[in-house]
Amino acid sequence: MATRALAKGFLGLRLSRVVPIRFFCGGHQYATAAPVHSAQPENDIVTEKILNEPLENPDFFRVSELFSLKDLFDARVHLGHKKGCRHRLMEPYLYGCRLDQDIIDLDQTVEHLQQALNFTAHIAYRGGIILFVSRRRQFSHLVECTAKDCGEYAHARYWQGGLLTNAPVQYGPGVRLPDLIIFLSTLNNVFQQHVGIRDAAKLNIPTVGVVDSNCNPSLVTYPVPGNDDTPAAMELYCRLFKMTINRAKDKRRRMERIYSLLAPSTQSS
Amino acid sequence: TALPCNSYECSLSKCIKNNSIALSAVSASLRDICVSCALHRKNLAAAGPEKFTVEFIQKQAEEFNIGKRHLANMMGEDPESFTQEDIDRSIAYLFPSGLFDKKARPLMKHPEEIFPKQRAIQWGADRRPFHFLFYTGKQMYYSVMHCQKMSHQKHTSPFQYSLRMLTRVSISSLGTSRWFTKEELEALLVETISTHDYNHFIQLMERLLSLPYCATEVEFVLRYRRQLEAPSAKRIVPLLQRDEWGVAFSTSDGCRKTSNCSVVLRECGSGCITINGQNYLHYFPTLQDREQLMFPFQFTGMLGRFDLECTVSGGGRSSQAGALRLATSRALLSFLSEREAENMRQAGLLTPDPRVRERKKPGQEGARRKFTWNKR
Repeated sequence: MATRALAKGFLGLRLSRVVPIRFFCGGHQYATAAPVHSAQPENDIVTEKILNEPLENPDFFRVSELFSLKDLFDARVHLGHKKGCRHRLMEPYLYGCRLDQDIIDLDQTVEHLQQALNFTAHIAYRGGIILFVSRRRQFSHLVECTAKDCGEYAHARYWQGGLLTNAPVQYGPGVRLPDLIIFLSTLNNVFQQHVGIRDAAKLNIPTVGVVDSNCNPSLVTYPVPGNDDTPAAMELYCRLFKMTINRAKDKRRRMERIYSLLAPSTQSS
Repeated sequence: TALPCNSYECSLSKCIKNNSIALSAVSASLRDICVSCALHRKNLAAAGPEKFTVEFIQKQAEEFNIGKRHLANMMGEDPESFTQEDIDRSIAYLFPSGLFDKKARPLMKHPEEIFPKQRAIQWGADRRPFHFLFYTGKQMYYSVMHCQKMSHQKHTSPFQYSLRMLTRVSISSLGTSRWFTKEELEALLVETISTHDYNHFIQLMERLLSLPYCATEVEFVLRYRRQLEAPSAKRIVPLLQRDEWGVAFSTSDGCRKTSNCSVVLRECGSGCITINGQNYLHYFPTLQDREQLMFPFQFTGMLGRFDLECTVSGGGRSSQAGALRLATSRALLSFLSEREAENMRQAGLLTPDPRVRERKKPGQEGARRKFTWNKR
C-alpha cells in the first residue's frame, strides 16, 4: 500500500495503472493499455491529505531545532578562503574579511541552511530521490556513508559527462533521475564549478549546495554559504542532512500509519 | 572410459521404440544448446535492455536438466548421478567432431555458463534504484572501492591500536595467489572496468596490504585473489616397483615429434644403457644424442647409479634421443625428493617438447617458404 501510495501520490500526480491486454491480430501479438482505471477515491483523499499537511506549516519538520549558530561557529563553518580567491557573487554572503581571510555571515547561513534542510525534508517526505555529490577526496567516504545511512544515493567519484543529460543511454531506458541533488562541495578537483550544477539546472532538478567563498552560487537553487574544506564542517553538514532525511521519512511512515488507522473502512489490501 | 557400442544401440533402439517424440525433442534441445555461441562473448553488463530475461534463462535451465536426463538414459547411465564430465564425454561420443578449435565443437553446458551474466533492472516498482551508488554508473566497482576505504580507515583509528593484531598479513595466504586480472574482475562484478580503474583498484589493494594491521582484512582481500595451482601438485610420479631380486625399478614413456619410447630404469646399476637391444654407443654414434640421454643423470648427479633398458621407435635420431630423455626424467622422479623434482621441472626436463612438423600449405612451397616472387 505504501509503494502504491508513493507511486500514485508523488507530487500529487496520479499515474494510471497500465494493465497490458494482449490480443491477436493477423498473427501478431499486440498489447494495449487498459483504460485509465480510477483507483478508490478514498485512497486519493488520504494521500492528498498526507501530502498537503506539511505544507500548512512553514517549519513542519522543525529543522531549525537541529542546529544553532553556535554549532556552526564551533564547526568553523564561517571560515572562507583568502581574499584573492573570493568570487564576486559571494560578496553579499560575506560578513567581512580578517587578515585577508573571508568570514562568511553566519546569520545568513542559518537562514539559508534552514531553508535548505526544510526543502530536503519535504522532498524526502514525498519519497524523492536525493543524490549527494561531492568531489572532495577527503570526504568521499563520509558522503557515501551518509547516503547509505539515509537510504539515499551518493556520487563522490569522477562525474562522467552524460550521467544526467544522457541518463536513458547510460543507465537504461525508464531510469528515474534524482529529485534533489545536494552538493557538499560545488567545486571539482580543478577548482571549477561542478558539472552537475549546470546539468541539474538544465534538467530542472532542484539543487542544494554548500558554497564556499570561491564558488559561484548563481545556479544553485538553495545555496548555503559555508566552509567546505574543514572536516568538522563537513561532518556537521552530513549529520544535519542525515537527521533531516531520517526525520522526514519517519514522519511519513507515521502519517501513513495514522491515516490508515483513522480510516479502517476504506483500507484496501 | 568408452562405452560399449552394443549397449548404446540397445538403449537407443529402446528409446526410439518407446518415445520417439522425446528423442526428437531432446535432439532439438541439444541442437539448440550446442549451436549457441554466446559462450564466447565477453561477460559484460548488457549495454541495452536485458537480452536474456530471467524467465528465459530459467526455462533454458529446465530444458537443460531434462535433456541431461534423456542423455543419461541414452547412454545407459544413471540420470541421478550424471555429472558434467559425463555429459561432455557423451556429447563427444555422440557428435564426434574433427574440428581443431575446441570452442567450435558441440557442447552442452548449463545455461549459466553459456549466457553471459547480466544485471537485472536496477530499480524497483517505485523506480528507486536498489544500490546507493547507482548514479555513479559503475556501482559494483565503486562499492568495492568504498569497502576498501572503510577497511583502510578502520586501521587508522588509534583507539583500536591495541585491539588489532600487529602481524603483517601471513605470506602463506598471499604467496600462492595472484590478483584477479581485469577480465576476471569484470566477470565478478558484471561491469565494464577501464584499465585506469583497474590499476587504481590494484593500487588500493596493495596499499591496504601494506598497512600493519591488515591481518583482519584477509578475507576481504582473498576475495579478489586467485589461487595459483602449484604445478608440483599435478605431477604424476611413476610407481617404484621391485623385481624378484629386490632391485627397485620404474617404467615410464616419452615422446618427441613422432618418436615414442618406453624406458625401464633399474637401481644398483653401473650406468649401462641398452636401446632396442643394442648398446647406446652403437645406437647413438653422435655425441649430441648421447649427451641428451645423459643429461637427466648429470643434472641430478646420479650418473653411475642406474641401468637403463629402452625401446624406441619412430622419428629420427635427434627426436628419439629427446623422447628417451623425457622418459628417463619421468622414471627418475620416483627416486628423487620433491625439491630435486622441482629443480628438474624448472630445468625443463619434465616438459614434453610440443614442437611438431608444421604442415605444408597450398600456394606456398613449404610450411613458411613462399614461391619465388616474379615481377612479371
